[in-house]
Amino acid sequence: MSEPLLKVEGLTKRFGGVVAADAIALDIPHGEFHAVIGPNGAGKTTLIGLLAGEIPPHGGSIRFDGRNISALPVHSRSLLGIARSFQITSLFGGFSALDNVALAVQAHAGHSFQFWENARRDDALRKPALEALARVGLDARGDIHIDKLSHGEQRQLEIAMALATKPRLLLLDEPMAGMGPEESGRMVDMLRNLKGSVTILLIEHDMEAVFALADRVTVLVYGRVIACGDPPAVRNDPAVREAYLGEQDVRVHE
Amino acid sequence: MSAWREPPRLYFLASRLDLGTTVAATLLALLALVPVYAALTGDVYALTLFTRVLILALAAVSLNLIMGYGGMVSFGHAAYLGIGGYAVGILWKEGFSSGFLQWPVAIGASALFALAIGALSLRTRGVYFLMITLAFAQMIYYVAIGLERYGGDDGLTIRQRSQFGGLIDLDNKTVLYYVCLALLAGSIYLISRLINSRFGLVIQGSRSNDRRMRAIGFPTFRYRLACFVIAGALCGLAGALLANHTNFISPATMFWTRSGDFMVMVVLGGLGTAFGPLIGTVTFLLLEEALSRVTEYSGLILGPLLLLVAIFLHGGIESLLAGLCHGKAP
Amino acid sequence: MLYFIEQCLNGVQLGMLLFLLAAGLTLIFGIMDLVNLAHGSLYMLGAYFAATFAAATDSFVIGAILALLATFVAGIVLEIIAIRPLYGRNHLDHVLGTFGLLIFFNDLVRLIWGPAGMSLPLPSEMLNAVQILPGVYYPAYRLVIIVVTLAVAALLYVVVMWTRLGMLIRAGASNREMVGALGINIKLLYTLVFGFGAALAGLAGLMQAPILTVQIGMGENILILAFVVIIIGGIGSIRGAFVAAIIVGLIDTLGRAFLPDILRSVLSTNAAITLAPSLSSMSIYMLMAAILVFRPEGLFPAASK
Repeated sequence: MSEPLLKVEGLTKRFGGVVAADAIALDIPHGEFHAVIGPNGAGKTTLIGLLAGEIPPHGGSIRFDGRNISALPVHSRSLLGIARSFQITSLFGGFSALDNVALAVQAHAGHSFQFWENARRDDALRKPALEALARVGLDARGDIHIDKLSHGEQRQLEIAMALATKPRLLLLDEPMAGMGPEESGRMVDMLRNLKGSVTILLIEHDMEAVFALADRVTVLVYGRVIACGDPPAVRNDPAVREAYLGEQDVRVHE
Repeated sequence: MSAWREPPRLYFLASRLDLGTTVAATLLALLALVPVYAALTGDVYALTLFTRVLILALAAVSLNLIMGYGGMVSFGHAAYLGIGGYAVGILWKEGFSSGFLQWPVAIGASALFALAIGALSLRTRGVYFLMITLAFAQMIYYVAIGLERYGGDDGLTIRQRSQFGGLIDLDNKTVLYYVCLALLAGSIYLISRLINSRFGLVIQGSRSNDRRMRAIGFPTFRYRLACFVIAGALCGLAGALLANHTNFISPATMFWTRSGDFMVMVVLGGLGTAFGPLIGTVTFLLLEEALSRVTEYSGLILGPLLLLVAIFLHGGIESLLAGLCHGKAP
Repeated sequence: MLYFIEQCLNGVQLGMLLFLLAAGLTLIFGIMDLVNLAHGSLYMLGAYFAATFAAATDSFVIGAILALLATFVAGIVLEIIAIRPLYGRNHLDHVLGTFGLLIFFNDLVRLIWGPAGMSLPLPSEMLNAVQILPGVYYPAYRLVIIVVTLAVAALLYVVVMWTRLGMLIRAGASNREMVGALGINIKLLYTLVFGFGAALAGLAGLMQAPILTVQIGMGENILILAFVVIIIGGIGSIRGAFVAAIIVGLIDTLGRAFLPDILRSVLSTNAAITLAPSLSSMSIYMLMAAILVFRPEGLFPAASK
């Protein structure tokens, strides 16, 4: 397929005097595992917000599968096949892990103007939810309330929810934030398994994970793309070394 | 937040009941016996008082739907009570005393108003939503005051209760009581099913994390609006009942402090629980009644009591009961 | 034409009273994030205090000053005893708690001052009409209200923009934890802000007393208008409260004055008579609805939050 799944051109966003996104251009072909890295404050989460539809851009366009989605609201983009996980865990408190994922399944199972049947007993919702949980290794923890899950498990649940919507493009915002080395390793394995079956845009600080998984890497500094290419090329790019890797952005594993 | 699993009346012994549900179920049973008590002792006032309790509990149940489960803290809910009541009153005044017409109109008119108000208000959240619903209710209050033909500020005396062609005689206090009780119990049951349905889960999810709901693909606005309309319609029904019970309707029913009363009843009983609104209404109204017999200045006691509840009793009485059951503080 | 000018001035005067109430409300909400339904009770206390003290000292001005102080103190006491536990809670708890206070104060006032209202007569000097434009006369007292409130507004502006206290107020509005971390006594700040808000409410109450009313429950009607003002103006913004208060005051007053005639020329007399009062009352709510459709944060949204 010649047309990239995601084509971003000239995407710009200003917050007052700060330019969070400066004419960002991005092409992600189908099936690619694309990482976005950059120092803190580089505008990575803003980029995800723009792609997901939470933040309206000041300029530029976003094309998904050939279609201009720049004006579409968040939920419509999700229904088109763009799923997103949050950097700061954003789940449904007061519900179990399975409930959380089942909600994501429900969102893509037609309308929800159904007032009588107990949705927690609906296999059409529970089964796919359980499958999504299994993919991230949480199938045994389905009935646990999310407040009782560990931080790492909650991060895994984030991914499960995104996966449950059967996305074509997965936007992952620092899925390994706050994870210890063992948990991170499990997450990397899981992401590796996903590779190829779904197009992924990953934002991460964990350089090992990024260079191990990514087909291509984009480097963002102060909202601008300063490099884009396969990992070895990016690693050796002098502009990147100077702006970013040279600073040795150390990730502390808690 | 207790999820309702089985209707207690049918599976009373089978399911695991926490203290809150047991109390509530007992309460319903006792309420069913009030007319019997009234007949035996001749205490008609008790019948009147508890009819009022039932009607206001129905209004509280409808508010709990949006406030407790939906997280939409509306300060204008008393408006629907008034709309429902005025529908009955106005139709009667114009010569239409059939309940078969009045009650659907009461429900329909309330639903329409809720649709209009909700469409505008639900674009806002938190304190803005609180205040805009308050202001819209006041607007309707002023409209009612301007309705000279229907009593204006003084209100409208409704000399004939809704007629149901001989099927139901609302002039009979006992019949009216059981109609209200049936509608209340039915509503509690229906809402308990609704809250666990797909629709209900969207509402609850929206309350928990609206941003995430939209991120996973739910157009939450339309669901919350639908919920708001359902709650308004149900409260309109309560308004029709109230107009029948008191043979009277006035703008005062809709003054914002009345909306405050309903919020108190809902929170007092326990937000987002099946029986919370009933427990809260019973507690609040009986307390009010008891205090007014003791002192002319019931507000001096009730006021600080509410403050203390707000400070110490987060989850309302239901959580207190649940806590007692499990040995935890609310 | 003269009637129009007079009504405009009345509108401005009402706006001034609303501003005093709204400023206190918006300060308290902006800084302490507290929804205060008892604000109307403080308004009521101001009026009752003024009526009592003026009668006792036989002087309107002394009575007013004492009432202002008394309301300030009442506000502080209220904050320490009843309001402090509510900070940081969700707004529903605030609504519940301050609603309880509202009920309490209504009965307290009835206990102390009785169910019948009181009156606060004006000193004779203020009863005259003053010529403000050639041929245009306006009651002196209403001018006093406008002038006093403008002075208060100017004072507020100076305090908030130019003093350290004002800086703390603005900082507190944007970042509570930071201000606390700086070692500033947040507790004292909050108490003072609440007391000050109470004093503003009391001032509004006592100033309107001679021309409107001193009775139980008087706060409940005007509190809603004050809420509408802060929604239109933007919660947390004093400037917004000022602009919105004037707009609301003008629309409400001019609506009541001219809408019946306008309607009469367009509709039948009966319809006009029926609709006019309702529409006039509704006009500001319709304005609020319109504003919320296009600018949900209000006209001058506070920078933070």
